[in-house]
Amino acid sequence: MSTTAVRRATATDAVRHRLDWRRYVIYIGFVVVFAFFAVLLRDEGFLSPNNLLNIFRQTATITVIAVGMTFVIACAQIDLSVGSVAGLASVCAAMAIAQHGVVVGVLAGLLVGAVIGALNGALVSLLGIPSFLVTLGMLGVAAGLAQWITASAPQPILDDTFNLVFGGGDVGPVPGLLVWSLLFVAAGSIVLRRTRFGRQVLATGGNRTAARFTGVSTRRITFTVMLLSGLVASVAGMLYAGRLESGRFQWGAGDELSAIAAVILGGTSLFGGAGSVVGTLTGALLIGLINNGLILAGLDSSQQQVVRGVIIILAVALARKK
Amino acid sequence: MPGAARADDGTATQVRGGEPAVLMSGIRKSFGGVPVLRGVDFDLARGEVHALAGGNGAGKSTLMKVLQGVHPADEGTIAVDGRRVEISSIHDARAAGIGMVFQEFSLVPSLTVAQNIFLGAEPLRRSRLIDDRAAVAAAGAVLEEMGVDVDPRAVVGDLSTAYRQLTEIAKALAQDARVLIMDEPTASLARQESEALFALIRRLAARGIAVVYISHRMEEVYRIADRITVLRDGTRLLTRPLSEITPEQIVEGIVGKALDGQPVHRQVDGAGLGAVLLQAHAVHAPPKVRDVSFTLHAGEVIGLAGLMGSGRSELARALFGIDEVTSGEISVRGRRADLSSPRKAIAAGLALIPEDRREQGLVLEHSVADNLLLPVLGELRRGPLLHARRARERSADLIRRFAVKVADPARPVSLLSGGNQQKVVLAKWMGTDPDVLILDEPTAGIDIGTKNEIVTMIRTLAAAGKGVIVISSEYPELLAVSDRVLIIRDGTIAGEYSREQIADEEFLELAVQGATS
Ligand SMILES: Nc1ncnc2c1ncn2[C@@H]1O[C@H](COP(=O)(O)OP(=O)(O)OP(=O)(O)O)[C@@H](O)[C@H]1O
Ligand SMILES: [Mg+2]
Repeated sequence: MSTTAVRRATATDAVRHRLDWRRYVIYIGFVVVFAFFAVLLRDEGFLSPNNLLNIFRQTATITVIAVGMTFVIACAQIDLSVGSVAGLASVCAAMAIAQHGVVVGVLAGLLVGAVIGALNGALVSLLGIPSFLVTLGMLGVAAGLAQWITASAPQPILDDTFNLVFGGGDVGPVPGLLVWSLLFVAAGSIVLRRTRFGRQVLATGGNRTAARFTGVSTRRITFTVMLLSGLVASVAGMLYAGRLESGRFQWGAGDELSAIAAVILGGTSLFGGAGSVVGTLTGALLIGLINNGLILAGLDSSQQQVVRGVIIILAVALARKK
Repeated sequence: MPGAARADDGTATQVRGGEPAVLMSGIRKSFGGVPVLRGVDFDLARGEVHALAGGNGAGKSTLMKVLQGVHPADEGTIAVDGRRVEISSIHDARAAGIGMVFQEFSLVPSLTVAQNIFLGAEPLRRSRLIDDRAAVAAAGAVLEEMGVDVDPRAVVGDLSTAYRQLTEIAKALAQDARVLIMDEPTASLARQESEALFALIRRLAARGIAVVYISHRMEEVYRIADRITVLRDGTRLLTRPLSEITPEQIVEGIVGKALDGQPVHRQVDGAGLGAVLLQAHAVHAPPKVRDVSFTLHAGEVIGLAGLMGSGRSELARALFGIDEVTSGEISVRGRRADLSSPRKAIAAGLALIPEDRREQGLVLEHSVADNLLLPVLGELRRGPLLHARRARERSADLIRRFAVKVADPARPVSLLSGGNQQKVVLAKWMGTDPDVLILDEPTAGIDIGTKNEIVTMIRTLAAAGKGVIVISSEYPELLAVSDRVLIIRDGTIAGEYSREQIADEEFLELAVQGATS
């Protein structure tokens, strides 16, 4: 079989293995930034356990939203409505708790996310309207509704169980919010990497025609992904509500941008087809880390914005292929 | 009516006996009111290799996509193993045991070879989670049977077109289909890989699997197929055992007029060589290309022959500034040229028509006319505006010369048949009038009538004082078009023959395999 030998010799190098340090740039970046702050802000208590837990607490909701966003972006879609869905879910949950108790309240919050997610999904997958436009519109609708039904007033939550479960409480030494975000990251990571659904999300995002030719129902996948994103955002809204013991239309405002930044930093392709939930977690933590460090360093919020923006652009530029 | 065999049909029932594996009757299909299939009958016997031929846009792929459930038929019936089946989705087709190698591939670039091969049918653990290790092992076994050495964990986007083609074939094989449709599976394969594929197809047929084989290469059809069906303009022209039909008859059926089956070898006039156009000296472009030196004259066509992965395409990419040249010198018209980017290469008068044309050569969502005119917009300006009439004339001219089958040039190029998309890319770049034209597999997927036309056009370009480099795995064409053939092996020039030195295809074949040097 001399021909086979020839084929073997020439075939292996047809695969251009590229050295993939870029894939890990987010982890490297995380370590570098962490070390940098640890040295620089030693005296401001950056390394104190309390401060570190604080970073987790502050990034938990973004992380949860970003897990859903990872699926959306890996599917080559975008969801700009997540922040205002979180806000609307928080006020609906708060109002329902006041009227009918905690169980109805939680269900009401989830229902908000499911309904808006399903609407987004139907408009994108059935009518073929670009998700950017659909969710941009929905961002306004949800934010407006939340403000309207509450007349812009905060809705206090007096139910201790709710406040404890959704963000306020601790599990032993670990803040409940940390548990929530790790739960979502673990579930999201397994679903994306190890289930047929996750594989089909990547296939739909990577090459829609190919996925269709393979028998993947790309419409159903797109719909499901948008639905999940809304649902996950509503959980994030309730985490806001529990931690801050009230529902408010402002909760989550602007979170869509942080979540997208976390996802892209984490190495998920903006063009779809590839994604990593663990990367997303690292991206969210990196953003949290930067926020925290800059506050401790005494920068005011306008300066923080500038530095944060520069770091994000830098990280994405480094992670870019070729 | 269906099943009632006409005498000249050589229907499956007569050939093998028993129920046909597939019987399609009266299939009609239109896209947006344009009829593509006008009542086609097609039958397929168990264990048969059935060739499907026809010009670009004749409806071959569409007929098979009807069978595969991608495009459900508007009218007509399908029976599998004698039983009527309703095929309205890909799942129906899979359930009926039908699998397909798609002309345009059904691969997701961001996933690995193994993930692509088992997409939608991943092996699961008891926990319902994907068993990636089992998938890699199973994919390895399929590739092994094909005699291909690709790492199942390689990302498809990193593979060359030929390896993607092999992955696409492996994907269909892994389904264990009883009816296997192959839509131009060898379009981007070199000889060796095609040979291995033919051997595999024969083994499958011997096992009773029915194979539909779509190809524009006549010699392949005669080598492996039992019967042939020719489509023209969405109707079936004939179905016949290959033992009862000559290549000339088939070509006449496809083209609609008598024509030589193979491109004709043009006598080369050595006196026509002009000044040196392009000179490469000791060019290295890692990881593939090493120590390449050659000279291209005005009026000359150089053919590059080599095995898959020998570095032909990589050499073209290096010359055109896509891959970095780390050492060596390239000069254009005697002057040292900086070809470090495609833009600089174009400015120096080079043009490259790449191998994966669909991806690299077209804006799929734009119209045929827009794609054709993109490189020459500058010439068609009137003040700041586009000269509409001249633009229309120019695109109409290109469409006619390259016989692009298109209902309306304003329709998106993505709706054209595979071969017609190839023609658009060729027409687009050949319309730009470069000094040095590099063509990577210019006739892959192009129908017989147009193949000859392209060979003629390349010769015409050369006669007009251009220099052309042609990479092709189709030896008849390479011989018809080249004045000189360079043998590429392991990234370097392993041999050089003038056209007169090459007696026939066998000679070239041996030279490529390194048996003569
Ligand atoms: N999805 C579609 N929408 C509109 N028109 C289409 C579509 N698919 C195919 N067509 C048209 O149908 C005709 C037949 O196309 P088909 O792909 O079946 O040709 P083919 O015989 O496979 O040609 P080739 O040899 O180039 O692959 C072409 O004119 C093409 O433009
Ligand atoms: Mg076709």
